[in-house]
Amino acid sequence: MSEMQLAWQRFARDRVAFIALGVLGLLYALTLFADVIAPYALRDESRLHTYCPPTALHFFAADGSFSGPYVRGVAMHYDKYRRRSYDETRDIYPVKFFARGESYQFLGLMRMDRHLFTVDEPGRIYLLGADSRGRDIFSRVLHGARVSLTIGLLGVLISFGIGLLVGGIAGYFGGPVDNVLMRLCEMVMMVPGFYLLLALRAAVPDSLNSLQIYAAITIILSFIGWAGLARVIRGMCLSLKERDYVLAARTMGLGDMEIIVRHILPHTISYSLAAVTLAVPGYILGESALSLIGLGIQDPYASWGNMLSEAMSIVRLQFAPWILWPAFFIGITVMCFNLVGDAWRDAWDPLLKGRGEGA
Amino acid sequence: MILRIEGLCKTYPGGVKALDGVSLDIRAGENLGLVGESGCGKTTLARAIMGLVAPDKGTVIFHGHPGRREFCRQVRMVFQDPFSSLDPRYSVRAILNEALRLEPRMTTGEGLTRMRRVLDLVRMPRDILSRYPHEFSGGERQRLAIARALMTEPSLLILDEAVSSLDVLVQKDIVLMLEDLQQRLRMTYFFISHNLRVVRRLSRKIAVMTGGRIVEYADRDEVFNRPSHPYTRALIQAAFNYEVAP
Ligand SMILES: Nc1ncnc2c1ncn2[C@@H]1O[C@H](COP(=O)(O)OP(=O)(O)OP(=O)(O)O)[C@@H](O)[C@H]1O
Ligand SMILES: [Mg+2]
Repeated sequence: MSEMQLAWQRFARDRVAFIALGVLGLLYALTLFADVIAPYALRDESRLHTYCPPTALHFFAADGSFSGPYVRGVAMHYDKYRRRSYDETRDIYPVKFFARGESYQFLGLMRMDRHLFTVDEPGRIYLLGADSRGRDIFSRVLHGARVSLTIGLLGVLISFGIGLLVGGIAGYFGGPVDNVLMRLCEMVMMVPGFYLLLALRAAVPDSLNSLQIYAAITIILSFIGWAGLARVIRGMCLSLKERDYVLAARTMGLGDMEIIVRHILPHTISYSLAAVTLAVPGYILGESALSLIGLGIQDPYASWGNMLSEAMSIVRLQFAPWILWPAFFIGITVMCFNLVGDAWRDAWDPLLKGRGEGA
Repeated sequence: MILRIEGLCKTYPGGVKALDGVSLDIRAGENLGLVGESGCGKTTLARAIMGLVAPDKGTVIFHGHPGRREFCRQVRMVFQDPFSSLDPRYSVRAILNEALRLEPRMTTGEGLTRMRRVLDLVRMPRDILSRYPHEFSGGERQRLAIARALMTEPSLLILDEAVSSLDVLVQKDIVLMLEDLQQRLRMTYFFISHNLRVVRRLSRKIAVMTGGRIVEYADRDEVFNRPSHPYTRALIQAAFNYEVAP
């Protein structure tokens, strides 16, 4: 059994972290099937339902008999302070499962138009309420997860790729190579992250389409994260390169890069895997922050960050607290990544001590 | 002559003079034993030979075939600590396979045949190829390290305290195995140890080192019967607990 398997066993024994991993798996699965699960498409809106509160699900007909889930229509009116409020009407719209709705490209493979659940127009179903333009927050949370959950992962993968390579090369070769690379890292680390984020974003032209913005943000985010990891990896490499198996590999004629990739970087994986997991939240929050202040993903596209930009007004929050739902999902995701990262690091540690493997 | 070492000097940053003009010849079939106290520079010498430490002065001339590639194939080293000389992340198969890096291209089948052969030679079962280093004891790991060194059928094997960290019974097994291997394969040993008994058993020639210098370099019996340097006498006395006549 390899060390990886042993560490995994240890990890699986940590119940909380295991559940957190399950939650993350579920979130990413929801992302994959967002089109099917969301009752409404990304651009769907209904101006008659501005800040409509979460729709109540009913199960019993007026006479008290069980009727299956249905929702009622709502009518908007203004009270004497000209505040919006909604009352249920007598119209009944049964919830339909796997009924036809707006069509979409399923997993980019084929056109489909079935949705997990819908109600017939003009009825609307807002499980988590509606935003300023009467868009379903539940649907948009799912669509937004595509951006928010993947941008963090992608950004982390890119920046850790860079960090591992730079750290590995600096630590292994040492001398002037090390000097130049480490000064570079320090330059990147010197600038506070958020300002660097803003500065880099300012350097990107505004006339980009949503995909380009997505790519730009990913790259900007990864540009910030790599330096810290590179420094730690370099420190680990300084001692790892003195291990006998590295020396043995050198005497057997392996190339430098091969040794770095085969015999040095894999030994930092315990640290880097935990670091990667623990870094994802930073990237998710980074994207959210950019989108929140309007520099990231632009309407009508959804991300958890730009959905929250509506929640920046305390008055709106008071009357439509459900626009905070994306924050809840950000919180859950960040917490789960932290739990998994911590547990994973702990799962490695006893092994490392037992084998005399440092760091 | 397999290896000629001429005037090697190495001062570590910090001022430790680990090698101070070391010259030695290693002839084919003439095992050389190197003894000396801890910290006298034995490991540094072995590493300098292998090109792992860049000497300040001096040369290592490998006879037979010119070039680094032939050197790497023909001269192999077994490290002191069997727990750190095998990368814990790779299976025995991967570890042995890596040793073939400089060999002319081999098919998987040929590689496998070679692996089975060296496992037989070091008296390890053949079915351990998919197991990992941490599943083996120190003695077994050292056998694997020797197996790895044998993969390219080297002509010189440098053993740096290869048995020092093992218990005496395992030590004896491995020393016997090394004797047996030498009879079967045409190999020369450069055996580094502070255990004089083991060195006496395995070596034809003996070099004694102290403070980065070779103070004695002669045939085994010569060194044991008529040691010329006081340090050698002290060593022998300490090891065998008897007085040698001056
Ligand atoms: N990388 C290094 N940097 C600085 N000094 C070193 C380094 N490696 C070894 N030394 C010093 O050089 C001297 C010789 O070390 P070396 O490891 O060659 O001794 P040795 O004879 O192999 O000892 P032992 O019998 O304990 O293995 C020692 O004083 C040691 O402290
Ligand atoms: Mg040593």
